[in-house]
Amino acid sequence: MTVPPPTLTLQPDPAGTATLVLAGTWRIAEALPTVAAAERLLAGAGDLRRVRLDTGAVTDWDSGLVAFVAAVEDRCRARGLDWEIPGLPAGVTALLTLARSVPERGAGSHTEDRRPSFFARFGQDILDLIQSTGEIMTFFGEGTLALRRFLLGRARYRRTDLWLIIQETGADALPIVSLISFLVGMILGYIADQQLAQFGARIFVADLVGLATVIQMGALITAIVMAGRTGAAFAAQLGTMQVNEEIDALRTLGIPPMEFLVLPRMLALILMTPLLAIYANVLGILGGAFVGTVVGGVTLTAYLTQTQEAIGWNHIIQGLISATAYGAIIAASGCLRGMQCGRSAAAVGVATTSAVVTAIVFIVIAAAVLTIIFNAIGLS
Amino acid sequence: MNVVNASHSANAGPALDGRPAQMELQGVSIGYGGRPVQQDLNFRIRRGDVFIVMGGSGCGKSTVMRCLTGLVEPMAGRVLVAGASLWDVSAAERAQIMRRNGVMYQSGALWSSMTLRENVALPLEQYTDLGTAQVRAIADYKLALVGLAGFGDYYPSEISGGMRKRVGVARAMALDPDTLLFDEPSAGLDPLSARRLDDLILQLRDSLGTTMVVVTHELDSIFSIGDDAVFLDAATGTMLTTGNPRHLRDASEHRLVREFLNRGNL
Repeated sequence: MTVPPPTLTLQPDPAGTATLVLAGTWRIAEALPTVAAAERLLAGAGDLRRVRLDTGAVTDWDSGLVAFVAAVEDRCRARGLDWEIPGLPAGVTALLTLARSVPERGAGSHTEDRRPSFFARFGQDILDLIQSTGEIMTFFGEGTLALRRFLLGRARYRRTDLWLIIQETGADALPIVSLISFLVGMILGYIADQQLAQFGARIFVADLVGLATVIQMGALITAIVMAGRTGAAFAAQLGTMQVNEEIDALRTLGIPPMEFLVLPRMLALILMTPLLAIYANVLGILGGAFVGTVVGGVTLTAYLTQTQEAIGWNHIIQGLISATAYGAIIAASGCLRGMQCGRSAAAVGVATTSAVVTAIVFIVIAAAVLTIIFNAIGLS
Repeated sequence: MNVVNASHSANAGPALDGRPAQMELQGVSIGYGGRPVQQDLNFRIRRGDVFIVMGGSGCGKSTVMRCLTGLVEPMAGRVLVAGASLWDVSAAERAQIMRRNGVMYQSGALWSSMTLRENVALPLEQYTDLGTAQVRAIADYKLALVGLAGFGDYYPSEISGGMRKRVGVARAMALDPDTLLFDEPSAGLDPLSARRLDDLILQLRDSLGTTMVVVTHELDSIFSIGDDAVFLDAATGTMLTTGNPRHLRDASEHRLVREFLNRGNL
């Protein structure tokens, strides 16, 4: 069954009164005339003093009509026009009264949504950076104090939690670390094999893959995997605890969240990342060996012997120091963002994303800084 | 390890109807980000009373409770707990004072990675020298006290909202605190569960003599358990009055308070 469409027309009279005539079906599902259309009609009517609204020809209505009438009335009153609505359906009058029963909250009561100027945003960014730096410093300060209490045997935490987190961050991460390390070792092997084959020096694939993996790639791959897997999980866990008031509950009992929640996570990752990096080194070398033997035609014994000769303890120590630093960065980023999390589901998402981004940025910076330091002290 | 002594010193400020004040706010203003939510709060909570913090939605009731529990530092004024000013003492002393309070949060705020027994046992493990078996026995007893005997091995996600709130009460009572604070205990509960929780609050007060502070706007609860109350107003951002809820309902000088307590029917 077809319904008459909603229409809006204006009937001005010479005395300065204009009548807005509404007709047809004024329901939300219909293509309703806009308030802007009504304003254009009124603006085109010349010098007006009074506006009347005639809804006599409206056959059916819902909130679409009520919202339209309220908005047009607001516009007319803002322009200083008298407003008259005779014969409005009783239901519409009642709903309008209900909507206006509580006065509108005044402007300025909430942060306005308009975009601030470039300089205001720049200034705010600088202030945010200063505040954020202060928060990070405070976090590390509190973390150091918590570590001191741990070493003195006075920290409040549960050993079962520490072991559980060690298991989650260590043993449970083995499959993904295995896969990625082996594949990256293979990729390095392929690239090296293609180049070195031109010089008949395929055996040196073992040197290249071995050194690259042990010095940097093993630790870096482990760190990236851990940032995405464990750092994000830390932020989400602590963020959700913040939302559920679980952290407040700890504080009211006088249990410092820094000791109870952050410390075990920091310890677990600082402990497990180097161990996972050693494991990643082995898998990476095996990935390279797979390519070296299957594609390069080198025997497995020759490949492994060549690798053994290429790698020194200094290279292994570099990798382990890097991995430890990366572990600390990932745990700190995850815990910091989790503890800073707001009290909403959206805030948990933001905290998780931020934890991963922060961790990866600082891992790359740390990798560069550590490489320079290792060169400077002659470790490389 | 500190052993918590439930019967702490009686240094508790001025007497009120023969009973000392367990908690007191003196000219307190509280807010977030420099913007006050409630200002110039002055009221006392008598020891052994069920004290109601009431007011319309968004008036700052929960913020006042966070202030009473030491989670929010006031922008001005003093918060006294058993005579000690919460923010004029060291952080360690404040933590010790805060442990005399047990808090039940609106959502229960149970630690989701622990079983119900572990939730109740954690404060005991952290602050007493009790052995594992004793801690377990006390935790099970506290769970039985709130009608959840046999639920010790359940996780918070495996029980209903009303049960979670009761576990929240059991955990808040773990260290036999001087004061129990409840944030909207009836919110989200069916009428029967809400009534049971109210009864539990009264039974615990009568049997243990614990001071109860209940943040709520549920009229049934306010009249059935409240001895004393403060009314917070969102519009003026301060307290309007204090007194017995029934008395305020019938004879408060503030029309808004009478309207609130009579569900708008004056």
